[in-house]
Amino acid sequence: MILAKCENVRKEFPIKRGYLQDTIGAVKAVDGVSLTINKGEAFGLVGESGCGKTTLGRIILGVIKPDAGSVELKTTKLQAVFQDPYNSLDPKMRVCDILAEGLVLKANVTGRMTPIREKVREALDLVKLPESALMKFPHQFSGGERQRIAIARAIITEPEFIVCDEPVSSLDVTIQLEILNLLKDFRRKLGITYLFISHDLRVVKYMCDRLAVMRQGRIVEEGDVDNVYNRPSHPYTKLLLSSILSVGLIGQ
Amino acid sequence: MDILSVKDLRVQFDTPYGVVRPIDGINFDIRKGEVFGLIGESGCGKTLTALSILRLISPPGKITSGSILFNGKDILVMNEKSLRDIRGSKISMVFQEPASAFNPVFTIGYQISEAITAHNPMAAWKVKDIVMKFLRKAQIPDSHKVYADYPHQLSGGMKQRAMIAMALANSPQLLILDEPTTALDVTTQAQILELLEEIIKRENLSVLFISHDFGIIAKMCDRVAVMNKGKIVEFGDTKMVIGRPKDPYTIALLESVKALA
Ligand SMILES: Nc1ncnc2c1ncn2[C@@H]1O[C@H](COP(=O)(O)OP(=O)(O)O)[C@@H](O)[C@H]1O
Ligand SMILES: Nc1ncnc2c1ncn2[C@@H]1O[C@H](COP(=O)(O)OP(=O)(O)O)[C@@H](O)[C@H]1O
Ligand SMILES: [Mg+2]
Ligand SMILES: [Mg+2]
Repeated sequence: MILAKCENVRKEFPIKRGYLQDTIGAVKAVDGVSLTINKGEAFGLVGESGCGKTTLGRIILGVIKPDAGSVELKTTKLQAVFQDPYNSLDPKMRVCDILAEGLVLKANVTGRMTPIREKVREALDLVKLPESALMKFPHQFSGGERQRIAIARAIITEPEFIVCDEPVSSLDVTIQLEILNLLKDFRRKLGITYLFISHDLRVVKYMCDRLAVMRQGRIVEEGDVDNVYNRPSHPYTKLLLSSILSVGLIGQ
Repeated sequence: MDILSVKDLRVQFDTPYGVVRPIDGINFDIRKGEVFGLIGESGCGKTLTALSILRLISPPGKITSGSILFNGKDILVMNEKSLRDIRGSKISMVFQEPASAFNPVFTIGYQISEAITAHNPMAAWKVKDIVMKFLRKAQIPDSHKVYADYPHQLSGGMKQRAMIAMALANSPQLLILDEPTTALDVTTQAQILELLEEIIKRENLSVLFISHDFGIIAKMCDRVAVMNKGKIVEFGDTKMVIGRPKDPYTIALLESVKALA
């Protein structure tokens, strides 16, 4: 069953220069992208900085409108987790309020108050943070813990679909793995579908079933992760793969 | 023969919340002509180690004990004149963020020229030749254009090449590379590492290579020290450390790296 579908999506941004900010051209951030994401899968979007991943993610989230093409979403229960846990959490709010905020908004929509306190505790438990975290502020946590808070804030609204945009890119590798395992767990336990955006092929391989390789606004290759990894067909995918350094290189 | 020998180095910061000791008694030696890796996760003290070697720790930070022997002479007790002779000349450094290493208001050519003439005064036409030579050594294709460019006009990879040219310009004996590719895309990273490998071999440089990435260390370094919370927990031949790690921290780190391989 298809959960999200993009058809021939395009988005340009003006390039401005100089004191008068004259528009001197346009960058084709997303240049005719079509893809489908199935319910329950983790779909990876990989490519180097500036290739259009974030723009495409925001188009799918409905945050920005494409210039052309269509996006079809079969769910309204969607959430996002971003790269920088430092900027995505309000520094003046306590963790309990950060988590409750999403719920309260949702309760208003459905016209019925859920037992918020219970839910907040549950969410905290899911991301494996202690209850003592509730009364603290974001700056009192490490980068990995902050990303857990951001994930708890997303999870608490019971989403069906989460767009993760470079969720582990600013974290140390041991912490990356903890966060990835947490996200993987939710997939199993809660059946969440992911669009997983990363510049790091290793991370996408660890997380995803299918992936699309993006370059200069276009998708150059798409397929099952194992297939693409073991038998890349596009030269750019091959270049990306050959640029990965592993500890296994030792002695070669 | 060791070009650098760090003994019982300690750095301390007096903060409003108390004293922190981000470098807590570390020891290591770099042999002449080897690439020595320093690996650890963010905040473990890698950059402070590099800055200590150049005696660039500024208040509220201070070096509280230890010695850093460079060719047998202790940098930590040198006078300012000898120190100037070392900084940017006998020992030079490439930073993670090329953007922060260049001054935005001067051209690349001007800044590399300054770095050269600060140690070795000479005529302007002469220094330009030398700058051009090093820009070409860093395999900058359009070196005349880059000479006249301002830092913001260059891509990240090109800026890092210019930074490498500047670091090489005074023919250093020890090159410190502090996460030189961390800010770059993976394909650009591969190109820069290849460039560095070639230069290090050709110039027979001694190198301190700082990274948080075991894959890079495996590719670049002869020996490696693993740092955790201001201490060196393990060191040895890169092959041995990766193949048969002994310290629990190294083991945990390598397990995460391999899970994502
Ligand atoms: N709001 C914006 N205004 C102008 N240009 C933008 C804007 N957002 C993105 N871009 C440009 O669009 C291209 C794609 O950006 P982005 O989607 O952020 O790439 P990625 O996430 O893959 O790094 C880049 O060239 C970027 O500079
Ligand atoms: N000005 C400072 N005041 C207090 N602590 C500092 C200061 N500069 C660095 N530190 C601390 O020193 C530790 C090591 O920093 P650094 O050498 O930059 O780490 P790395 O390069 O390994 O990421 C960090 O935990 C940091 O908090
Ligand atoms: Mg992005
Ligand atoms: Mg550092």
